[in-house]
Amino acid sequence: MRVLPSGEHALLIELADLTEARAFADAVTRSGIAGVREIVPAARTVLLLTEPGTDLRTVASAARAIEYRETSAARPPEPISIEVRYDGADLADVAALTGLDEAGVMAAHTGQIWTVAFCGFAPGFGYLIGESTALHVPRRESPRTSVPVGSVGLAGEFTGAYPRASPGGWQLIGRTEAPLWDVDRAPPALLRPGVRVRFVEDPT
Amino acid sequence: MSGTLRVVATGPLCCLQDLGRPGYAALGVGRSGAADRGALRLANRLVGNDEASAAIEVLLGGLVLHVHERVLVAVTGAAGPVMVDDHPVGMNAVTSVPAGATVQLATATAGVRRYLAVRGGIAVEPVLGSRSSDTLAGLGPAPLRPGALLPVGRARNPVPDTELAAVRAPGVGAVTLPLLPGPRADWFAEPMPSATYTVSADSDRIALRLSGPALARTVRGELPSEGLVPGAVQVPADGQPLVFLADHPVTGGYPVIGVLTDRAIDIAAQLRPGQQIRFRHE
Repeated sequence: MRVLPSGEHALLIELADLTEARAFADAVTRSGIAGVREIVPAARTVLLLTEPGTDLRTVASAARAIEYRETSAARPPEPISIEVRYDGADLADVAALTGLDEAGVMAAHTGQIWTVAFCGFAPGFGYLIGESTALHVPRRESPRTSVPVGSVGLAGEFTGAYPRASPGGWQLIGRTEAPLWDVDRAPPALLRPGVRVRFVEDPT
Repeated sequence: MSGTLRVVATGPLCCLQDLGRPGYAALGVGRSGAADRGALRLANRLVGNDEASAAIEVLLGGLVLHVHERVLVAVTGAAGPVMVDDHPVGMNAVTSVPAGATVQLATATAGVRRYLAVRGGIAVEPVLGSRSSDTLAGLGPAPLRPGALLPVGRARNPVPDTELAAVRAPGVGAVTLPLLPGPRADWFAEPMPSATYTVSADSDRIALRLSGPALARTVRGELPSEGLVPGAVQVPADGQPLVFLADHPVTGGYPVIGVLTDRAIDIAAQLRPGQQIRFRHE
């Protein structure tokens, strides 16, 4: 673990890989660190945001002392179901990149449980990791200036769904009408760190 | 409710801001809030509001408000003319605006953003606990448009005895900003940039965009996206730094060389296109 500076009110904790970063984020969330008001988990790091006046050296010591390597004994939550119409603009490209056909891409996407590792980029945009490497594909060479709301895509080791129309560089394999973001709902984001998902072909 | 303000005109951008919505970063929602938090806090204190009350952030100028009932207001931040009907009134001071009067903020002469606080605060419905307009995420109240009616809340604290605050006006020339080390300072040949940078016209609430000598990297390769803070100085592939402000993205995949102090962020939020910046150790 490395503890990196990030201004007067934060420390950036860098871990070895995504698995360690998730374990550390879970451990901090469970046990808390005095003075840390919220955390921002990401692919290799966890940003600790502190209350004004907190001594960052104390936070650094506490972060280094957190036991996070032991796997949690808690049972993982039941996966939620998200229906997807598999007609994305890049479905054929993904089929070619993965060596599967389009039906095979859909089968691989629906055939594994995906877990939200962290959010970022936009409200309610979750980065989900799967259980196999079959669908690992690079991003588009040129991002689109506008991706339709609800688009489901792939990039690197992640799948994700766009809560609203926005620029985007992911490989689009389908669309969902699931309410990914609802500012009047508690919690507003459907896909939050730790949430597990089973994608299902939209039967209509 | 103690009154209503009617927006008659706006300039380039008038939006509601308070101290933002912390606590949702793990869902991809940034804190947002006033770009110059110190100026917002002062405006609220002058009219006896909680510091986190919602006020109007005025970019450059052009705001015209019609006041239905008498209100107390204070304007802080960028230096510029403030008129109540035909009378010029001072910045950084408590001003009583009579019922039926018009408040006008003409274009700022120094600095970029002003904060108009009204006693009682602007009382629109909060979104995720805040009345701030997040211009990156499109969250919170929309920017103000002519015809908008703004409810004024109930004042809760006594009016302070102080009527006028002595505040140094934003500088108009080159500015030196104290910079703390960032998480990826070791990715750069020069962890404390020594060159002078110019603020670009495409700066906004998300970031100041700077132009100047490219900051050279010593580490090649991509950086997985990681959490960002306000004041982060991020260096994309072209070596031209960005200084993130209130509406910064929650995560970013380019290295952050340094982070401004809170005080320096408030100064940065008042820098005009064409102004020059240097950095120094805090």
